[in-house]
Amino acid sequence: MADDLFKALADPTRRTILDELTEKSGQTLFEICSRLSMKHRLGISRQAVSQHLAVLEGAGLVETRREGRYKFHDLNTAPLRRIAERWPVPDPSGTEESTS
Amino acid sequence: MRIHLTSVFVDDQAQAERFYTEVLGFVKKHDVPVGEKDRWLTVVSPDEPDGTELLLEPAGHPAARAYRDALVADGIPLAQFAVEDVTAEYERLRGLGVRFTQDPVELGPVTTAVLDDTCGNLIQIATTPQ
Repeated sequence: MADDLFKALADPTRRTILDELTEKSGQTLFEICSRLSMKHRLGISRQAVSQHLAVLEGAGLVETRREGRYKFHDLNTAPLRRIAERWPVPDPSGTEESTS
Repeated sequence: MRIHLTSVFVDDQAQAERFYTEVLGFVKKHDVPVGEKDRWLTVVSPDEPDGTELLLEPAGHPAARAYRDALVADGIPLAQFAVEDVTAEYERLRGLGVRFTQDPVELGPVTTAVLDDTCGNLIQIATTPQ
């Protein structure tokens, strides 16, 4: 399960897809393709975007939702919590013991 | 050679006539009965009454449904219309109950949005800087 997550995050195009879904969750395949090609100037086919989305979905980072005749892609950042739990970030105050 | 007419398949011509004129704001150009119940139904932009006509064509062919369903599922628009201000048009159309599958997004030089024409198609509206 963790391997899927790290593999999904290892690709720059997939990270860009996550960036765009962070800006707005709930996008059609067409909107994601438009953002990648026109905002980010990525020369990438619709099929390739579909495959990237499948990898992200496999890692639980993207969820698809059918609404009537349309299909939307939503961001789910919950799996990222497992990374922070495995390698916890130190408390920024650093004075956990002296404060009560 | 010039582009005189283009077309979209519609589920129901009466509904299409209503949506494309009353909601989107085009004007009817031709309406001629064809066969038993179909019509040669075209609309034009009020800004360009002699411009390109849009034919609202009955989606009777069996392949039309599968083709359009697949495009709609992926959010792919069948036609694109130019508007002066996508965001203003989006607000106006939303006020009339129009469903958008893509809210206005700035994509480099153009801003686009995608709406459902209630006749089986998605339509993109776009503003391009002059």
